[in-house]
Order: sequence, then structure tokens, then C-alpha cells
Amino acid sequence: MSDNDPDRPDLGSGSSSTATALREDVPVAAPRPPEGSPVWTGVLVAIGAITLLGILVVVASLAGLWTPEFDWPSWLVSSVTAVEKFGLMFFAIILFVAVMTLILLAVDRARGVRNWAVALAFLGPMGLMLIFGLIYPGVRTIRESFFDRTSTNYVGFDNYATLFTEDIFQIVLRNTAIWVFIVPIVSTFIGLVYAVLVDRTRFEAIAKGLVFLPMAISMVGASIIWKFVYEYRPDQEGVEQIGLANQLLVWVGQEPYQFLITAPWNTVFLIAVMIWIQSGFAMTVLSAAIKAIPDDITEAARLDGVSGFGMFRYVTVPSIRPAFVVVFTTIAIGTLKIFDIVRTMTGGNFNTSVVANEFYTQSFRQFNIGLGAALAVVLFVLVIPIVVYNVRQLRLSEDVR
Amino acid sequence: MTTTTPPPPPAPTAGTKKVSRAEQRATEAKTKLSSPWASGLAIVIAILWTVPTFGLLLSSFRPELEIKSNGWWTIWRNPGFTLDNYDEVLYGGSTQFSTFFINSIVITLPAVIIPITLALLAAYAFAWIEFPYRDLLFVAVFALQIVPIQVTLIPLLSEYVKWGFAGSFWTVWLSHSIFALPLAIYLLHNFMKDIPASLIEAARVDGAGHVKIFFQVLLPLLVPAIAAFGIFQFLWVWNDLLVALTFAGGTQNVAPLTVRVAELAGSRGTEWHLLAAGAAVSIVVPLIVFLSLQRYFVRGLLAGGVKG
Repeated sequence: MSDNDPDRPDLGSGSSSTATALREDVPVAAPRPPEGSPVWTGVLVAIGAITLLGILVVVASLAGLWTPEFDWPSWLVSSVTAVEKFGLMFFAIILFVAVMTLILLAVDRARGVRNWAVALAFLGPMGLMLIFGLIYPGVRTIRESFFDRTSTNYVGFDNYATLFTEDIFQIVLRNTAIWVFIVPIVSTFIGLVYAVLVDRTRFEAIAKGLVFLPMAISMVGASIIWKFVYEYRPDQEGVEQIGLANQLLVWVGQEPYQFLITAPWNTVFLIAVMIWIQSGFAMTVLSAAIKAIPDDITEAARLDGVSGFGMFRYVTVPSIRPAFVVVFTTIAIGTLKIFDIVRTMTGGNFNTSVVANEFYTQSFRQFNIGLGAALAVVLFVLVIPIVVYNVRQLRLSEDVR
Repeated sequence: MTTTTPPPPPAPTAGTKKVSRAEQRATEAKTKLSSPWASGLAIVIAILWTVPTFGLLLSSFRPELEIKSNGWWTIWRNPGFTLDNYDEVLYGGSTQFSTFFINSIVITLPAVIIPITLALLAAYAFAWIEFPYRDLLFVAVFALQIVPIQVTLIPLLSEYVKWGFAGSFWTVWLSHSIFALPLAIYLLHNFMKDIPASLIEAARVDGAGHVKIFFQVLLPLLVPAIAAFGIFQFLWVWNDLLVALTFAGGTQNVAPLTVRVAELAGSRGTEWHLLAAGAAVSIVVPLIVFLSLQRYFVRGLLAGGVKG
């Protein structure tokens, strides 16, 4: 009976004050029976010491106080044959499982382990990885964006000035703006229309599957697929078009067109590929939201004489607003970071480059670390408002509930 | 609702109420599809979304000369099927796709297992262990999703070079795991919170510690959620280009399929027989995974914030 009680205090979320208050009478730190083994206590202390030492070493290296010089055995860092590769893979997995098992066993079996120590065992590995892999690099990139191409001399805001004044970067920023403006709107629109059109039809499952399929294909794969569609053959006697798009143009009596080369419209044809990929995502999420609209609402509207487009406009769309926001912002963030499509289809040539691609070009082709870092920071700054908006909207919809 | 409740009291509308849900849906479908514009539009979208893929897959089985001289829609005029393209792409001396295929597998498995394990542990701690600053820490981890991976690439790379394992699988595994963690923790935390507190309390009363509760009570209940995120992460890693290009791009021994296909598209953009077969090889594994586990994948998508 009590299991089904809907008013059961939610012990998991610590966000509301009532939950915290209620939690106090739950025996969280249940008095542990004093049966911990001293051996495991020793193991636990050893693990803690090794971890601390490791952190010190890494921090020393990050701070430049000490340069690690390791001669790794070659099987560890360079595997050539398939057997070696799979061997290394299983070695890595087993090593990971063994380390985690040891940590958890130790924290479970050792004597007098406090709650915070248990939490540390559960959270420590991921915390270290996040600090090493996201926080520290983020801070360092921001710092590098104020230095020159070899990150030796401080140049102030010069890199940013270059970004916002030079012509080629103007085009890059303009292209990114076009991408972020068009992709979320069109993908969400197509996804919504399609979700409504196929909702509750006989072919719903297969119809949704077809549009959703591009989600599983890599952006590189999708780029090849569309490059093939856009393929251009000169308009000569005896030369047939092999790209579907140009064949359609020829069929209706037009000249074949260089879809990927002719600026400025080539950016739009790249954008079409992203829309092709993202619409399936929008459709799936929105379709689920539409199905979650309570029947009595649509019923009531129908009794009031609402139908067809009116139903869509005044009942469906307002009811799925939270899902709308999630879809829109998720696609917008993905589009801001778009890299694969541009890289594969044009390599950023013919005025199609975007911020993420230009970042790659500057950092790894031109070896201008400062400028690359500045581009990455621009990306970071552009993503922030979208994520903040997303979180606030989520909070709002949770409050309403 | 209509199928489980006892017959309603007689009313003018009793006839329609007795109609089962399926029939009701069918009639609604009929009214909807009666608009030819609507069904026409749906069919046009469905065609636009499938024909490009179909064209490439069909082309990958056509002889090189045919691909380069006429479109796949003329196949009824220019018939001819061959597996030569696949043979050349997979085993040909110049491309060696099989090597990249193996690399993709070797990269993907640990890059799925490691972050999911760590994220499960972290999500459990955030949901069910009491410790100081818990909520603050959770919000901090969630907020890390803001950091675009581009920001982290160069510092990470220079650190890997310093430690002497640049260009090895370790860098790709570690990077993918790190980048996956914030979202994984957030999603799995959502699932964790949905588990009834009474279950965990019962286990605690029985004297089980957190480790036992995690493995014996929560893990079995979370299998669907783990599957959902696992497919997500699998597709993400398998389809990734940027991380692979940065950390493994230079070495043929580590670079995955996507790097190779992108390279082909750049350097041999007109070799359509190779490109088509190569792209087909690179999409076949995610396609199989996706089609067989579609239900879980969709569930994973929907856990991203549109719950309820």
C-alpha cells in the first residue's frame, strides 16, 4: 500500500527544503556493525595515499614544475596488429574494472568508513577526470586566447580583434549565425509537422523510423550521402548527371548547378544536411510530447468545435511547449559546434567555414594556438546563454508541475 | 481506459464509447488521412529522408564505370551488380578499411563501458548518499555541459604528449570518457531518482552498505536506462570525427572509420565507388545497433528533460 503512495517523500532530490527536512528522520548513516576487516582498512588507506600521490604528480606536471619522462612499453602505446589492439582493449577494460572493484570493495569492507569517504569512492574517479579533462583545459584555453600563436607573448585582446575585423573571420561568424538561425527553426518545424501528420496513422511506426534513421548515421556518412546527391557533372553532350539534385534540375530544363562551390548558397546546401539529420530527433521528442497530451484536453477542445489546424495551433503547440524548448536548444547547441559536415563536404573552402571548423584549421593546420583558442572561447560564450535559457525553462516547467 | 472499465451506463453516446481504443484510433487516422495534402506532404518528407541513403547504398554495389557515368536511378537501363567496391575498400592495399574498422571497435567499447560505469557510481552518490555540498557539486557537474569540447582539445593534447602516450588508444578512450560524463551523470541521475526510496531504505535496514545497495538493488533496476545511454554513447563515439581527428588523426594505427571516410572524401572526392562503399561500411554497424535497440534509444532521448 505505502509503496504506491504518491506523496512519498522524494529522498533523492535534495533540491527542495522539505525533502531535506524529511530526510533527517531516515537513518542515512546507519550505525555500521563493527565488523570491518583491518586488512581492507589498510588497502583503503593505501588507495587513498596512492591517489594523493598521483594527484600531486599530475598537478606538478600541469603547473610545469616537473616534466614526466616515461618509457612506456611499446605494447602499451603502439599496437599494430588486430590481436595487439584487442588485447590492449581487454587489458584496459579489465584494468578499469579491477581498480574500481578494489576501491569499492575496500570502502565496503574497511572499518569505520564515514559517509563522505563512501561518497569520495563513488565520485572521486569521475571528479578527477572532469577536473583534468574539462575544467583545467577550459581555463587554460581562455588564458591562451590572450597569447600569440605560440602562446609565449601576451597580446591582450588582439586575437579577438582579429576575429571580429578580418574578412575571412567575418564570413566564418556570419556562416555560424546563419547555421544557428536556420537549423533549429527548420528542423523543429519539419519534425513537428511530420510528427502531427503521421500521429495515429496506420504506418506511424515505419514512417517515424524512416525519418529517424539519419540520426544513427554519422555526420560523416550523411555528408558523403549528400555530397553524392549534389555531385556535379558539366553540361555537355553525352555526359549524364550522377547526382540526383542536378539530374532533377536537368529534367526540369535547368543547367546543372555547383551546389557546394557557388557561394553564398552553398552554405544553405550544407545546412540542409544538418536539417536532414536533426529533424528525426525533433520529431521523436515532439511526437512523444504530443502523445502525452491528456485525452480530456483534446476531447474538450473538440466539443468546443476546435478541429484541424485550430487544434494544432491552440491545443497541441501550447501543450508541448517544454518539449519544444528542449528540442530547440539541443539542436541549437549541436549546430553551434557543427564541424563534421563542413569538414567532410567542403573542408571549409568556398566561404563555407564555421567557427568550429575554423578552430580546427587555425589550431592544427595553421598552428596559430592563440587564434584557435579565441575561436573556441567564442564558441563557449555563444553556448552559455542557450544552456542557461534551457535550464531556466526546465526549472519553470518543473515548478508548474 | 475505455477497454478496462465496465460498460458505461446507457447514454446517447454509448455506441461510440464501446468502440475499442484501436478502432477509435483507426477512425481518427481515417479522418486525418482523408486530407490528401497532409498525406502527400508526409510522403514527400519520407521520400526526401530516405532516397539519398538508398541511392548511395545502391550505388555502392554498382561497378565503378557505371557509377561514374550514370546515375543510380538509371539502373534499369544499365544493370550490373558487383561486390568489387567492398572488396577494394575492405582489403585493397591502398585504403585498408578493415584496419580502421577494427580501430573503431577497439575505440568504442572501452569508451562506452568506462564512462557509463563512472557515471552510474556518481549518479548513485548524488542521488542516495548524504554528504556535504552534494547539491552544489551536482549542479557544478551539470553545468560542465556548457564547455564545448573544442575548448579542451589543445590543452589535453599537449598534456598527452607530455606524458608520452599521444597517438595511442588511451588518449581517445580517456577523452571520450571525460566528454561523456556530465550528460551521462545527469541522465542516469534522473533515472536513479525515480527508484522508490522505500526499496533503498529496506536494504539499509537489512544492514546493506552503499556498495551492496548499488550493486544488488539499483543496478538490476537500471538495466533499461543503462541500455538507453549505452546506445547513445555508442553512436556518439562510433560516429565521432573531431575527437578522433585530434587525438588519433595522424596515426593509421588508431584512427577510426570516420577519419578515414572523411579523408577519402577530401582527397579522393571523385572516387565514388570507394566513397559509397566506405560510407556504407561506416554506417552499417550503427544502423544495426540502432534498428535492433531502437526502443531503448528513443527512451534515452526522452530522458533528456522532457520527462512527463
